[in-house]
Amino acid sequence: MLTTPALDYNLLAPILIVLGGALLGVLVEGFIGKAYRARIQIIIALIAVATAFGWVISIRTKISQVAAVDSVSIDGGGLFMQGAILALAFVALLFFTQNDHFAPQASALPGSIEEAEAIRSGLQMTEIYPLVLFAIAGMLLFPVAHDLITLFVALEVLSIPLYIITGLARRRRLLSQEAALKYFLLGAYSSAFFLFGGAFLYGFSGSLSLGVIRTTVASTGANHIFLYLGVLFISVGLLFKVGAVPFHSWTPDVYQGAPTPVTGFMAACTKVAAFGAMFRIFIVAFGAIQNDWRPLFVGVAIITMAGGAIAAIVQRDVKRTLAYSSITHAGFLLAGVIALSKAGLTSLMFYLVAYGFATIGAFGIVTLVRDSTGEVNDLNRWAGLAKKSPGVASAFALFLMSFGGIPLTAGFIAKFSIFTAAYESGNIAIVVVGVISSAIALFFYLRVVLIMFFKEPTDDTVSVAVPSFLVSAGIVICFVITLVLGVYPNLLFNLANTMTTLVP
Amino acid sequence: MNLLTTTILLPLLGTLALALAPRGNTRLIKIIALISSLVTLVSSLLMLTKYKFGVTGFQLASSHSWFKVFNINYAVGIDGLALVLILLTTVLVPIVVVGGWNEAEGGRWSVKTFYMLILALEMFLVAVFAATDLFLFYVIFEVMLIPVYFLIGGYGRGDRAAAALKFLLYSLFGGLLMLAAVIGLFVISLRQGHGSFDVTTLSHLKISHNTQDWLFLGFFIAFAIKAPLFPFHTWLPAAARSATPGTSILVLGVLDKVGTYGMIRFCLTLFPEATKTFAPYIIVLSLLSIIYGAFLAIGQKDLNSLIAFTSISHFGFIVLGIFALTSQGITGASLYMVNHGFSTAALFLVGGWMVQRRKSTQVEDFGGLQRITPVMAWCFFIAGLSALALPGLSSFVSEFLVLIGTFTRYPAAAVIGTLGIILAALYVLILVQRSLHGPLQEGNEETPDLNWREKVAIAPVILALVLLGFYPKPAIHLIDPATSQIMLAAGASDPTPLAGR
Repeated sequence: MLTTPALDYNLLAPILIVLGGALLGVLVEGFIGKAYRARIQIIIALIAVATAFGWVISIRTKISQVAAVDSVSIDGGGLFMQGAILALAFVALLFFTQNDHFAPQASALPGSIEEAEAIRSGLQMTEIYPLVLFAIAGMLLFPVAHDLITLFVALEVLSIPLYIITGLARRRRLLSQEAALKYFLLGAYSSAFFLFGGAFLYGFSGSLSLGVIRTTVASTGANHIFLYLGVLFISVGLLFKVGAVPFHSWTPDVYQGAPTPVTGFMAACTKVAAFGAMFRIFIVAFGAIQNDWRPLFVGVAIITMAGGAIAAIVQRDVKRTLAYSSITHAGFLLAGVIALSKAGLTSLMFYLVAYGFATIGAFGIVTLVRDSTGEVNDLNRWAGLAKKSPGVASAFALFLMSFGGIPLTAGFIAKFSIFTAAYESGNIAIVVVGVISSAIALFFYLRVVLIMFFKEPTDDTVSVAVPSFLVSAGIVICFVITLVLGVYPNLLFNLANTMTTLVP
Repeated sequence: MNLLTTTILLPLLGTLALALAPRGNTRLIKIIALISSLVTLVSSLLMLTKYKFGVTGFQLASSHSWFKVFNINYAVGIDGLALVLILLTTVLVPIVVVGGWNEAEGGRWSVKTFYMLILALEMFLVAVFAATDLFLFYVIFEVMLIPVYFLIGGYGRGDRAAAALKFLLYSLFGGLLMLAAVIGLFVISLRQGHGSFDVTTLSHLKISHNTQDWLFLGFFIAFAIKAPLFPFHTWLPAAARSATPGTSILVLGVLDKVGTYGMIRFCLTLFPEATKTFAPYIIVLSLLSIIYGAFLAIGQKDLNSLIAFTSISHFGFIVLGIFALTSQGITGASLYMVNHGFSTAALFLVGGWMVQRRKSTQVEDFGGLQRITPVMAWCFFIAGLSALALPGLSSFVSEFLVLIGTFTRYPAAAVIGTLGIILAALYVLILVQRSLHGPLQEGNEETPDLNWREKVAIAPVILALVLLGFYPKPAIHLIDPATSQIMLAAGASDPTPLAGR
C-alpha cells in the first residue's frame, strides 16, 4: 500500500503562492481584454509576491526543517534568501509598470508586418508578468533545494522564463533577441554541465540528497574521481548563473539586450538565488573537502573581481558598465562563499540585499533616462544630467557609490563584512585583490558621477521621463534602503546573523 | 549631550538650516553659514576650557554602540593633539566663510550647496580628529572626501572635473589599502580575545613582526597620499590649481593634516616595531619631499601650484618630525600642523584675493602691488615670511623643534633638512619680489586694496601666526602630554644628548 508523502504545504507555501499567481496571470492573459489586462496583471504579481513575503515572515522561526520528503530544506539561510528574493522582486516589479519597455507582441518577428500591426493597434501583450512570477518561484526553490534533482528543476524553472523575457525589449529588438538566444544557448550548456555533475555525484554517493553526499564524503574519504568531477561540473553550472569569470561572457550582452526593468530584476534576484544555492551545496555537501575546491574558487574569485573591474573601464554603455560591475560583485560575493563560515554566510546575505537594492534602483533610473526615441544608454549623452534632474542624478550617484563601497552606503558595510569574513578564514589574497579591484572599479563609478555632475550638458543630452508614482516609489525605496543600511546596518545585519542555520 | 558630540553635530545643524533656506537669498545663506561656523567655534572653545591640561588619555569621551556584530562604536574623545587640530578646523572655517564671501558665485551649483558642502566638511573634519574608534575614523576618513570632490568639481577653476576625480581616486585608493589593514587588525583582535576597533585596545595587541609590517604599510600609504608625501603627492598641485581659495585652505590646511595626524595616532601607536623598521626609509622620503617640493615651488609660475609645492615641502618637515621618534620631533610636528594650517590659510586667502582682482593666477602678472595695495601686500608678505619660518612667526618654533628632534637621532637628516629652510627663503622671496615689488605690471593700476571684510578675515590668521610665534607655550603645553603618551605607546625614548658624553 502506498502512503502519501507529507509535503508540509505550510513550508512550501511561499513558492506555491507565487506559482499560483503565475497561473492566474496566464488565465488573465487569455481571458481579459486589453483595457484592464496590464493593470490586473501587475496587481496579481505584486499581491502574490507580497503574500509570499508575508508567509516567509510568518514561518521565519522554523529555521531547521525539511519538507517535501527531504527534498526541500527550510532553514534560516534558505528563508532569508527567500525573503530577500521576494523583497527585491517586489521592488523590481514596480519598474515593470512601464509597459513601453516591452515588445507589444513577443511572437512577432522584429520588423515584421505583424509587429507593425501590433504597434499600430496599440496591442500590448502582458505575458511578461506570469513569466516573471514563474522565474521568482524557481528562484525561491533554488536556495532551499536539498537534493540535486530539485536543484536542477529549480534552476530550469528560474532560467527558462528569464531566457524568454530577455528577448522582449520593445526597442532594439534584434539586439534583445540576440541576447536572449545567447543566454539560452549558454544557459542550456551550463545546465547540462550541472546535470552532468549531478550524475557523477550520484555515481559517487548513490544518492541525490545533499545530506547523503555529505555523509559519503565524510565516510569514504575524499579521494574519488567521481566526486571531483561532480564538484567541478556543478561549480561550472553555478558559476555560470552568477556570471563569474570565465563563465561571464553572456552577462554584458544579456544585461544590455534585455528590457531594462528585466535587467534590474535579473541582476538582483538571480544572484541571491544562485549564491544561496551555491553556499548551501558547498557547505552542506562539500564542506569536508573544502581544502580541495577552495583554491579553484579563490582563483575564480580573483579573476572575476579583477576581470570585471578592468573590462568595465572601457565601456561606454551604461548597461554594459553595470553588467561588468555586476561581474566584479560576483567576485566579491564569492569571497563570502570561500569563507565558508557563519560570518561568511551573514555577510553574503547582507551583501546580496545591499547589492540587490542598489542594482534595481540603478537600472530603474536607467529606464527613465530617455530621448524622443526611447531609453538612452550611451554614457556620453548623460553629460550634465545633474543640471537637468539633480534628484535622479544624485540617486544614481548614491547607487554607484554603494557599488563602489564608499562609507555610509550599504555597499560599504557589505564589502567590509565580506572581506572581514574572508580575512578571518585566512584568505588574505582575496582581500588584497578585492581592495585593488575595488579601487579600479571606483574609477568607472566615479567617471559616471563626473559625467553626470561636472560635464556641461550638450545639445543631445537626454532628459528624464517623469516617473509614475510606482516607479518613483521603487527608486525611493532603493535609495532609502541603500542609505539606511549604510548608516545603521544593525537593522538587517542582526537579522542575518540569527538566520545562518543550514540543514545538514 | 557630550560637548564633543555637540561640536561635531553643530555644523550638521547648520547644513540642515541651510537646506531649508531659500535658494535665492544668498546673503541670508552666507550669514547662516557664518553663524553656524561661529557657534561651532564657540563650542570648541568651550571644550578648551573644559579640557584638563597635563592629563593623559582621551577626555570628553563618549561611546555608543553603532554596529553591534563587529563591536563598532560611535566612540569619540580628545587628547591635546586632537584638540588643537579641532580648534584649527573650527577657527579656519569662519575665516574661510568671511574671506571667501563671494567665491561660491559663478560655480556650477548654487551658493547654498557650496556652504552646505563646507559645513558638512567641517563636521567630518571635527569628527575625524575626535574618533577613537578605528572603524569610525575610517568611515569619516573616506566620507569627508565626497564634499571636497564636489567643492573642487563644482566651484573650481580650469580643469576642475579632472582635478576633482584625481583627488578622489588617489585618496580612495589609499583608503582601500587602509581598509584591508583595518580588517586585518580587527581579525587579529578577534583571534586574541574579542574583536574591537577601540584605538586603545588595539594598541595592546600582540602582532607578529611580519604582519605588523604589512598592516603598517596599509595605513602609511593611505596617510602618505593624504599628507601628501613624495612620491604620493601628484594629486595636490592639480587640486590646488582648481579649487577655490576656501576649499584649498580646508584641504591643505586641515584635511591633509588627517594624514599626518593618522601617522601619529595609528602608525606609531599601533605598529611600534614596524615604525622602527620603516622610519629610516620614511625619513628619506620626507627629506625628498622637503627638497623636491621646495625646488618645484621655486620653478612654479602659477600662484596656487606654488603654494601647493611649498606645502609638500612643509609636509616633509612634519613627517620628518614624526618619524624621528623623539618628543621634540613629535611635538614639533604636531605644532607644525597647526602653524602650517594658519600660514597656508594666509597665503591662500591673500593669494585668492590677488587672483580675484587680477583675474589671473600667473605670478608674473602681478607686480608692483606693494605701492598700489599696501595692506594686501603686507599681509601676503607676512604670510610668506611665516612659510619660510622667520623667527618670531609661529612656523619657526615648530620647524626648530622638528630639526632639534631629528638631530638627536638622525643628525645627517637634520642637516639636509635645514637645506629646506634656505630653499624656502628662496621661493618665498622670489615670489614676493615678483608679485609685490618691481615695476608696476600693466592692468594692476586700479587694483583696490583689501576691504574691511577681507581685513576681518585675515586679521585673526596673522594674529595667530604672531602669537604662536612669540608665545607657543599654551599650544605646546596642550600637545606635550599627548606626545609623551604616543612616545610611550610607540616604545620610543629620546636619545641621550650627545653633549654629555
